[in-house]
Amino acid sequence: MKKFTCIVCPISCSLAVQAEGGGDITVTGSKCDRGKAYAKDEYLAPKRVITTTVKIDGADIALLPVIGTAPVPKELLRTCLRHLYGIKVTAPVRMGDVIERDILGSGVDIVAARSAVIKKG
Amino acid sequence: MREITADIAVVGGGPAGMSAALRACGLGAKTVLIERDAALGGILNQCVHDGFGLLRFKKQMSGSQYAQQFADAVYESSASVMTETTVLKLIPGECGSKAQSRQGLYTTGEKTGGALIRAGAVILAMGCRERPRQQAGIVGSRPAGVLTAGAVQKYINVEGYLPGRKAVILGSGDIGLIMARRMTLEGIDVAGVYEIMPSPGGLRRNVAQCLDDYDIPLRLSSTVTEVHGKKRVEGVTVADVDAARHPIPGTEVFVPCDLLVLSVGLIPENELSRDAGIEMDPVTGGPVLDNFMMASVPGFFAAGNVSAVFDLVDYVSDTGEAAAEGACRFLGGEALPEYVTVRAGDDVSFVLPGKIRRDLPSSALYMRVKRTIENAVLEILADGKPVYEKKHPIVTPPEMVTARFHESAGSGVPDAGGLTVRILGD
Repeated sequence: MKKFTCIVCPISCSLAVQAEGGGDITVTGSKCDRGKAYAKDEYLAPKRVITTTVKIDGADIALLPVIGTAPVPKELLRTCLRHLYGIKVTAPVRMGDVIERDILGSGVDIVAARSAVIKKG
Repeated sequence: MREITADIAVVGGGPAGMSAALRACGLGAKTVLIERDAALGGILNQCVHDGFGLLRFKKQMSGSQYAQQFADAVYESSASVMTETTVLKLIPGECGSKAQSRQGLYTTGEKTGGALIRAGAVILAMGCRERPRQQAGIVGSRPAGVLTAGAVQKYINVEGYLPGRKAVILGSGDIGLIMARRMTLEGIDVAGVYEIMPSPGGLRRNVAQCLDDYDIPLRLSSTVTEVHGKKRVEGVTVADVDAARHPIPGTEVFVPCDLLVLSVGLIPENELSRDAGIEMDPVTGGPVLDNFMMASVPGFFAAGNVSAVFDLVDYVSDTGEAAAEGACRFLGGEALPEYVTVRAGDDVSFVLPGKIRRDLPSSALYMRVKRTIENAVLEILADGKPVYEKKHPIVTPPEMVTARFHESAGSGVPDAGGLTVRILGD
């Protein structure tokens, strides 16, 4: 059995997932179906949204915040972050610009989470 | 000195100030927005994590995305934006007899120079700041490596520095929890989070997704009793505390670290407001407000974390809009109706706003509860009679509780007795 705190809503139910024979799983402790779905995902294939920064040249800011367009499998999170540390972009950048398409074959794009203009002077 | 005239001056370009400026422009007011940083966005600019905008936009955004969306809209609006500009002093009602330019704001900035802004109404949106080490009870020598969670966030996310290798976090406020995860992902070893209270200071889902997810220990009813190191932090002594929050002798443990991160609460930033003679609420730390978000000095409004510390930016944006609507109504010269007092009743620590003008059809109330209660009922009494009731599966102190109070839903206009908001348990 595995236990989670549900993060779907502020009620924060204490969820327990039990694997049954034949690949079935049961979720207890949830007050709603969204919580049940979250617990199942979290048990079978946990996912996380990548948010971090990448280096940027010639901009009015030192680092460009970026975000994934969808969550990636949890086990890919740190590999993706390491990959993004090696990336450098150049100003100007508009929020939503794709910084890395299909990161590590996950199907998720990494996009700029803010805009950056060219530094004056 | 340069003089600038506007209908509405907004002090602070974070989420509260940006939404106030946008709504004020939308209502046709000539608006000037003053921000001390180089960019609009306030503290959202250092919040690269997601979880913002769920209520307003029904999607998960990072703090920087939320800020950029509003900043773009402000720059497309008719608002005049003064960045890298600091407001030095507010002068209520002394800048001439004309109602439209009654309030004065002295500002200074490298690019904007010294200026006197005359405005009919002022919206205070200065936000809040973190409690410093003295308020966390940390005394003694001052080695490098004691930082607030927000400072660590700025070093890592904005400036690009790692301020340590091994961290201990004191306090379990949301920024501390967010930074526990962020530091871990950036390669800083987080030894643990120590919280003096018996329950976490931050939202439970942040405990789940920032601590549990990375196996970072959270030790409740414990605190840091000593910081070791002369030039640089070399470690801290932590100890369990008793019910009176006093360290229990014999429980002290030395934890080696080179970074002590403080996440021990936020304080609304109201030096300008106090200096202007605005009445403050000792519980919220912000001005006493009515449901137009107007303070005790006519023509001065407040929005966002300067009025009380909110847990969600969505609410902050909402109060910015409410303040702009109030300011425009004030400028219209309409006589404001009488107000009644909104009191915090059983298990409620405060209600914002603390006063309600009587003719408003609907008004948002924000409150914090004193303790965790399951199967709670939020009840509003007008002159002692129940006029509103809403069930909540659970209420907890870190999570703001909101209610939209409609007079029409109740048994009539509250009289001198005012409104009382209380939480009932099972």
